[in-house]
Amino acid sequence: MILLIQYTLIFASVLILVALGGCFSEHSGVINLGLEGIMVMGALGGALVMNALSTAPAAVTILVTTLTAGLSGVIYSLLLAVACINFKADQTLIGTAMNILATAAATVIVKAINMASDPDNVSATINYVDAKKAFTVSIGAFNFNWFMLIALIALIAAYVLLYKTSFGLRLRACGEHPQAAASVGIDVYKMRWSGVLISGLLGGIGGIVYITASVSEWKFETGVAGFGFLALAVMIFGDWHPIKIALAALLYGFFRALSNVYTGFDWLASLHISGTVYNMLPYIISLLVLMFTSKNSKAPKAEGIPYDKGIR
Amino acid sequence: MSRKSKGSNEKLVNGLRSVAASLICILAGLLIGFIVLLFIDSKGAFQAILTIIKNFFNYPSGPAALKYFGNTLVKTAPLLMCALSINFCYKVGLFNIGAAGQYVVGAGACLYGALGLGLPWYLCLLMAMLAGAIWGLIVGVLKAYFNVNEVISGIMLNWIGLYLVNILLKTVKEETSPYTKTIKSVNPSALLPTAGLPSLFTNNRYVTIAVPLSIIIAILVWVILEKTTFGYELKATGYNRDAAKYAGMNGNRNIIVTLVIGGVLAGMGAALLYLTGFEQWSVTQSSVPQMGFNGIAATFLGGLNPIGTIFASYFIQHITSGGSYLDKAIYPSQISDLISSIIIYLCGFVLFFKQVMAKRSAARSEKALLKQKDEEKEPEKGGADK
Repeated sequence: MILLIQYTLIFASVLILVALGGCFSEHSGVINLGLEGIMVMGALGGALVMNALSTAPAAVTILVTTLTAGLSGVIYSLLLAVACINFKADQTLIGTAMNILATAAATVIVKAINMASDPDNVSATINYVDAKKAFTVSIGAFNFNWFMLIALIALIAAYVLLYKTSFGLRLRACGEHPQAAASVGIDVYKMRWSGVLISGLLGGIGGIVYITASVSEWKFETGVAGFGFLALAVMIFGDWHPIKIALAALLYGFFRALSNVYTGFDWLASLHISGTVYNMLPYIISLLVLMFTSKNSKAPKAEGIPYDKGIR
Repeated sequence: MSRKSKGSNEKLVNGLRSVAASLICILAGLLIGFIVLLFIDSKGAFQAILTIIKNFFNYPSGPAALKYFGNTLVKTAPLLMCALSINFCYKVGLFNIGAAGQYVVGAGACLYGALGLGLPWYLCLLMAMLAGAIWGLIVGVLKAYFNVNEVISGIMLNWIGLYLVNILLKTVKEETSPYTKTIKSVNPSALLPTAGLPSLFTNNRYVTIAVPLSIIIAILVWVILEKTTFGYELKATGYNRDAAKYAGMNGNRNIIVTLVIGGVLAGMGAALLYLTGFEQWSVTQSSVPQMGFNGIAATFLGGLNPIGTIFASYFIQHITSGGSYLDKAIYPSQISDLISSIIIYLCGFVLFFKQVMAKRSAARSEKALLKQKDEEKEPEKGGADK
């Protein structure tokens, strides 16, 4: 039972971080379908650092890993910002390209690094088993993970930033009616850039949390298995609002956690349902949830539409 | 008469611009791929990029090259079908990223039909089309009646499809490996007819009617979209759902029909590959096959035109196959995926490239016009001076 709570919380942390990322981007008016790719890049940056830092003190490992993952995400999100804000490219196409590119690039990079250190190692796997220990603190049977705290801080910060500061108000204005925002002197381009870069930061951190959640090495050929898109579903389910997103993330986290721990419950194991079914659960549930929540969508009105100064 | 010729002239110029923009994307993609190769190992980088571009020409003997050219064609057919699926839906304003999942369930259905039920090839093909159609139908209904973003529902269905197919095909896998049994050993009647095509490709028995069939379907898709009222209605819905509704078209129905057709195309694509016996399905597969995503690259590289997509699909498959000839001790074969994903990314800028070209040619014709006017004025001026 404790294990279930533990996994629920850690997967919910991933979803909170990434969904908040999507939230910032969409409130500024840019649909970020590239979150999946941003997660991969964040995971890559973080995993490389963790692999190198196997003996550093825990605090250093946590700080450097989180920062590197976030920074990798920010850098990668530049691809979205430049193309979609300045060049008015199709946001769906660019996001999709970023997802495919991230997996391909991460695979190539990891393979190249592995082969350089050991010519016989042609795998795309990074191992970070030692550094991973720095992130967990055992409280009885419960393994507290520092990333849970980071997600909580991000949640509070996102709420304050979006709803209690003038920056948040301006950012949201750009997603609702950019021309109106521009007419009162807000620089729409700058706001959208901020939205996308913040989403890169949160998505990147979410990536490293995801790959360290239940395993201690990652095969980069698999990407992050649609988790970036699950986070987008969480964001839609959460009405683009941080607090509701957190609740939605807990629900999804629970179903994702089930697939990790169902064998530990006698009555679940006795049903003899294949593990594959549990793997499918989060996706099926998000389809059902989207079905009932998309009708009265509270999506920012101008999202997905490139900003054009000349249009009223 | 002259107006009509002017119109077709504009169309031609626009088409040429699309081709030029696609070529820019390809060159830039190859260049970036080359730079990545340089970083990994600078000595062999040039040879490596040549290897990718040469693909089957890496074989010195003609017959061998021809045989492997056949292999590239075998894999181009399913790619083209996925690309057509995405192309068709995109024309109606829908981004069918679910093509990857429709392809997956198509693969599951046709392999189960062939290996589990022992059906002949045409029924297996039909099953794949049906499975794809159902997957497309779900996305369409969710979009039309529940306003669910088709990209997100498509991705969810991709994963659901992958897991379902893995469960289903576990019943027809080989005992000692995670791969499905070969069609040839279990039920040869499920293999696609070859119609004598292998003899053209040094007896490559995987070259079947799939290759010409996919090309015929590409042409058919073009005809439907450009030359029929049905296609016009679908496109009108894509441009403006409300306006189409006002004009008496059933927008919701059109969205669903479009995605069902998209599903049929992608599902059929899977059958065109798996029913050749070229590949077996691994039931432990943990990621959605690249085919559906590469289809996105092919569609956009083909300038969103079904005919252009034929060539673009071939190109994408050509470099993907080429990647497998790289020396795996030095370069990862995923370089090809990297190049095609960069090409997709750059396709986002195609509109921008075309705008720049249009602006430049507009500036040029304006200049020419001014010059012409000046020349007309000049003699007058001269006359006044005298």
